[in-house]
Amino acid sequence: MIKSLLSGDAPGKPLLALIVCAVVICLALAPFLFPGTRSVDTAARICIIIVLVASYDLLLGYTGIVSFAHTMFFGIGAYGVAIASSSMGPGWDALALGGAGGVLVAAALAFVIALASLRVRAIFFAMITLAVASAFGVLVSQLYTITGGEDGLTYRLPQMLTPAFEFADFRLFGVRLDGRLLSYYLIFFSAVALFLVLLRLVNSPFGRVLQAIRENDFRAEALGYKTVHYRIVASVVSAVVAALAGVLLAIWLRYTGPDTTLSLDLMIDILVMVVIGGMGTMWGSVLGATIFVMAKNYLREVMGAASALTSDLPLVTDILHPDRWLFWLGLLFILSVYFFPTGIVGKFRRSTQ
Amino acid sequence: MGETGETLLSLSGVHTHIGQYHILHGVDLEVPRGQLTMLLGRNGAGKTTTMRTIMGLWQARQGAVRFAGEDIARLATPDIARRGIAYVPENMGIFGTLTVEENMVLAARRSGLNAERLDWIYSLFPAMRKFWRWPAGQLSGGQKQMLAISRAIIEPAELLLVDEPTKGLAPTIIDALAEAIMALKQTGVTILMVEQNFALARRVGDTVAVMDDGKIIHTGTMAELGADTALQGRLLGLDIGGGTA
Repeated sequence: MIKSLLSGDAPGKPLLALIVCAVVICLALAPFLFPGTRSVDTAARICIIIVLVASYDLLLGYTGIVSFAHTMFFGIGAYGVAIASSSMGPGWDALALGGAGGVLVAAALAFVIALASLRVRAIFFAMITLAVASAFGVLVSQLYTITGGEDGLTYRLPQMLTPAFEFADFRLFGVRLDGRLLSYYLIFFSAVALFLVLLRLVNSPFGRVLQAIRENDFRAEALGYKTVHYRIVASVVSAVVAALAGVLLAIWLRYTGPDTTLSLDLMIDILVMVVIGGMGTMWGSVLGATIFVMAKNYLREVMGAASALTSDLPLVTDILHPDRWLFWLGLLFILSVYFFPTGIVGKFRRSTQ
Repeated sequence: MGETGETLLSLSGVHTHIGQYHILHGVDLEVPRGQLTMLLGRNGAGKTTTMRTIMGLWQARQGAVRFAGEDIARLATPDIARRGIAYVPENMGIFGTLTVEENMVLAARRSGLNAERLDWIYSLFPAMRKFWRWPAGQLSGGQKQMLAISRAIIEPAELLLVDEPTKGLAPTIIDALAEAIMALKQTGVTILMVEQNFALARRVGDTVAVMDDGKIIHTGTMAELGADTALQGRLLGLDIGGGTA
């Protein structure tokens, strides 16, 4: 059963499978294992980012398409929920309508961009997506009556998903059974489902054609495959999943703004996560997203502790000062690319074959 | 299926440009059904460009490419492939990160893998069975070439284009390849093949066309060219005795 759920594409080597299992178990039990607002928040973000990174890997890793508009689709999903919830008031109908609307807009936009640019060379696709994404960012900040501009939108969700809602008045392992817990599991299980769908897709005949196109698109054409059709479908699917990840983020944060969904920084983070995890392996997105989000959220603390420990050593304590966390993050990235040029999962898989 | 010997593919007055370069200067070529036509000529004569033009990977600027009576010169590559032309390019173009099996499944686009046909391919190339689950990128050069040919014949094609299959291969492997090509001919498939190795070309070819400077400068039977060393010397610049193996 597990094998068919994973579409026959298990993580690979035992060590790798063990690490992935550990990550999944930690995420599944995060509210109980690591109670506390901040750690649960980190776990929820990891779930969402895994989906976002996996959907980007479908484009970059499996199909060989470079897009800079992935955060735009992510943002469209989030803004769908945000706009619907703030204009219609909290409710499941607003959530469903906003989410569905966001997904539809993302799909339509992805289709138009792909149709207009994938017929020509891949580099044009990258540039066009960059242009469209920038224009979209400007549009969102200009249409502040609808989008809240640079401030973004804060809105309320159905009561069931708020901390004030308690569905049982006892505590389970010391954790309050409230709406926050419900929204965490809504996000966790949605993320698992979306990930498994993507895993199924890349291991299907369709996914094999995508890989063939990435390897040698002329050859795929000479076998009779219309590569443009496949590329368009891949970019639409990827956009839809990104928009769904945006919906999840909007549910979790109850806030949507340009910085959390549309920024170019986030786009680059996604790229980095795909590369660290391993391009062309869905499991890479699990590791890439987990490592990156953890590093971003906790590197400062680790360094603060390290700096305090080494307070006697003059130079070392300065180097380890928490303010230098970005430097260390950069160093971590360079080292990981140096030692795992094909990503962590790519490295593991290569040595098995 | 038509009669053996009638023209299956014909190029007339084909001009192909690659960027600013004018590569084919009016190629006229006829490929008879059920035979193996060798396309010979020195490097840069335009042999590969001719193959790619037939396949639609370069568009002919002038001229007609007729396949089974239909002009295919303006069709897109996938549509040409779907009309029954299979192509084994010079660089083989295998999908290296996919397994041998996956490469074959992709090639069997219309009807999926056919067990009988697969057995036949295993008999031509036993290595395919052995390395069935290997990533194709890890095969040796000869095995990759066998995979490239297997991929082209897993579905019955009417015309097989093979571009320099022996390039960079060891002599024993070339022998095995020649055997396979002879066996393939027995099935009645029409083949157009580019080859630098004249010994092999003489062994497997039925008819021959020689190119130079983007034109066909000689056509005839392989037997005739094989017997006429003076003609070989003039057309191909070969030494007496049939060239190098």
